[in-house]
Amino acid sequence: MDSDLNLKATELRLGLPGTIDAISPPKNSKRSSPDSDSATPPPKAQIVGWPPVRSYRKNNLAEAESGSFVKVSMDGAPYLRKIDLKVYNGYVELLEGLEKMFKLTIGEYSEREGYKGSEYAPAYEDKDGDLMLVGDVPWEMFKSSCKRLRIMKASDARGLGCAV
Amino acid sequence: MAYSFPEEVLEHVFSFLSSDRDRNAVSLVCKSWYDIERWCRRRIFVGNCYAVSPEIVIRRFPELRAVEMKGKPHFADFNLVPEGWGAYAYPWIAAMEEAYPFLEEIKLKRMVVTDESLELISKSYKSFKVLVLTSCEGFTTDGLASIAANCRHLRELDLRESEVEDLSGHWLSHFPDSCTSLVSLNMSCLGSEVSFCALERLVARSPNLRTLRLNRAVPLERLANLIRRAPQLVELGTGAYSAEIRSDTFSNLADAFSACKQLKALSGFWDVVPSYLPAMYSVCSGITSLNLSYAAIPSSDLVKLISQCQNLQRLWVLDYIEDSGLDALAASCKDLQELRVFPSDPFGAEPNVSLTEQGLVSVSEGCPKLESVLYFCRQMSNAALIAIAKNRPNFIRFRLCIIDPQAPDYLTLEPLDAGFGAIVEKCKELRRLSMTGLLTDRVFKYIGSHAKKLEMLSIAFAGDSDLGLHHVLSGCDSLRKLEIRDCPFGDKALLANAAKLETMRSLWMSSCSVSFGACKLLAQKMPRLNVEVIDERGPPDSRPEGCSVERAYVYRTVASRQRLDMPDFVWTHDEDSSLRYS
Repeated sequence: MDSDLNLKATELRLGLPGTIDAISPPKNSKRSSPDSDSATPPPKAQIVGWPPVRSYRKNNLAEAESGSFVKVSMDGAPYLRKIDLKVYNGYVELLEGLEKMFKLTIGEYSEREGYKGSEYAPAYEDKDGDLMLVGDVPWEMFKSSCKRLRIMKASDARGLGCAV
Repeated sequence: MAYSFPEEVLEHVFSFLSSDRDRNAVSLVCKSWYDIERWCRRRIFVGNCYAVSPEIVIRRFPELRAVEMKGKPHFADFNLVPEGWGAYAYPWIAAMEEAYPFLEEIKLKRMVVTDESLELISKSYKSFKVLVLTSCEGFTTDGLASIAANCRHLRELDLRESEVEDLSGHWLSHFPDSCTSLVSLNMSCLGSEVSFCALERLVARSPNLRTLRLNRAVPLERLANLIRRAPQLVELGTGAYSAEIRSDTFSNLADAFSACKQLKALSGFWDVVPSYLPAMYSVCSGITSLNLSYAAIPSSDLVKLISQCQNLQRLWVLDYIEDSGLDALAASCKDLQELRVFPSDPFGAEPNVSLTEQGLVSVSEGCPKLESVLYFCRQMSNAALIAIAKNRPNFIRFRLCIIDPQAPDYLTLEPLDAGFGAIVEKCKELRRLSMTGLLTDRVFKYIGSHAKKLEMLSIAFAGDSDLGLHHVLSGCDSLRKLEIRDCPFGDKALLANAAKLETMRSLWMSSCSVSFGACKLLAQKMPRLNVEVIDERGPPDSRPEGCSVERAYVYRTVASRQRLDMPDFVWTHDEDSSLRYS
């Protein structure tokens, strides 16, 4: 296999006859990013525009994964509400928000007794579709696994560990 | 002999020619044919908005009814073209306002369109019918409101994947009650909610509606009512395909679908709840095009759906389908012509799904009509590519993207030259090729020798030297578009093949080894090539002569090479400086 097609013999020269090509393109290290000439490859995340996925598509995928709006239903209410979990800093704020939105009291959480003494218990549906009591897991974990909220009548929430 | 035919006869004959190529050929026969043809041409396609000027177009074709145009180069899709580079639609729209009062269609791709342009369109043309904006940007929903309000005979409003500043959903309500002409509405790229009542009424009063692509904000509970009002739909894009699981919602939806006897294409499917997919089963046997590329559903659910669609010709899907799903596809969809598999987690370091080269091999084996592929995966081998090439010599489009851009054959650790070589050798009708992986100059030698019908080639992180580029430019006879990034290709090959560049639409080279000096020489030598140096580091001559430019975009043009809308990071040949060389 020829490694050189002998370009010089048929080359279209643009310089004056007799001159030698002074410009030899610098051999770029294959992985160098546009503004560095170092030989060390940059981490993959820094390659602009790679992989070639349109931003329109990237945005849609990102939204699918990190949507923070969740539906909130309350037993007996005619329609649902939606809240953005991102705006709350923790369970206390969330419960206060829910209390205001639905005009009810939920009371305080305790690991042993759930939401003792209140008429309602906040539950949520997690990624696996299971109905869980709000408050058991750390807040960040809750935010990423909560798919929707359900404010249940405490009498129905017996099985979730609420003492009535 | 031409003199004996009256003009009207020739015009009548020409009216049967719809292809641009035929019309261009006709206009080269003689002066009188050129003249007759230009007066009766009604549609033009401008592949590069800077290849020609509005004045030239208007002067030559005084009676156009439809204009289709493309702006930014393809790599703009991946953020390789800086913001503000160009491709503004306004100068064209403004020039055409006076020249073409009867204009009916405007189709733009990768152009910057402002609300001002949209308002001008809506007010200038009494019989305006079709507006298609693909991958465009620069406008807001206010511009859409103008179109809705003022275009009395609007048939198509298609905003394919454009980036629209979404101020509100109110624009849709601007369609007057008297507007009953809609045939196609694609608003899938918009974020905000439109008034569902307005949407339902619009659909109900549009008896010719064939294509309806909703946006994500239209909930599944609303879909049944919409479809019920348009059982004649041929193409449907759903909104979010999720709802609380309720049997009445399901049966409502299933009933609505079963009334749509003409449905051929489905898309949308954001946030899919798999339990609702069977609601569509009644239409699946007629479906020829399915776009599930936003649907995050497991392979098993995908397979259940796809195996209902025996007449499927086109499938776009996420890699959740996995090799097993592609095996099932190969077994059930024997009419498949086009497959696109997109990555669900393009930036993840580790594979999140079990999708490998094997899936593509299966489909190439099982689907005899497969001719067009776009495939993202994380590993490839020469053996697989060779098998694919042997199975499917009828490929016309083959685009492979391996997430690691320089991945070698994962079995032998060799470059993938032999694999891609087999593709170009066996697939003699190949028109478009995108390659990734570890590739040396050898693959370009194969391409230059075999890919004689190749029109578009995309290369990234490949090759060893100028020889690679030279092989392509000197060997690919049908090449129209060449786009290259991060390859060690430079001045020698470029200058040696200068004349070739005028036979192509454009050449894009970014992060390669092209010097400013070579760009200047090329522009001087080839007066009908515009050699744009796109460099955000400041004036190119402030750096040493041998320094590579960030990007070079070379395209043929009959317009001025100093376009008036050039931003400060673009340099082109200075016409005045040529006087210094006389």
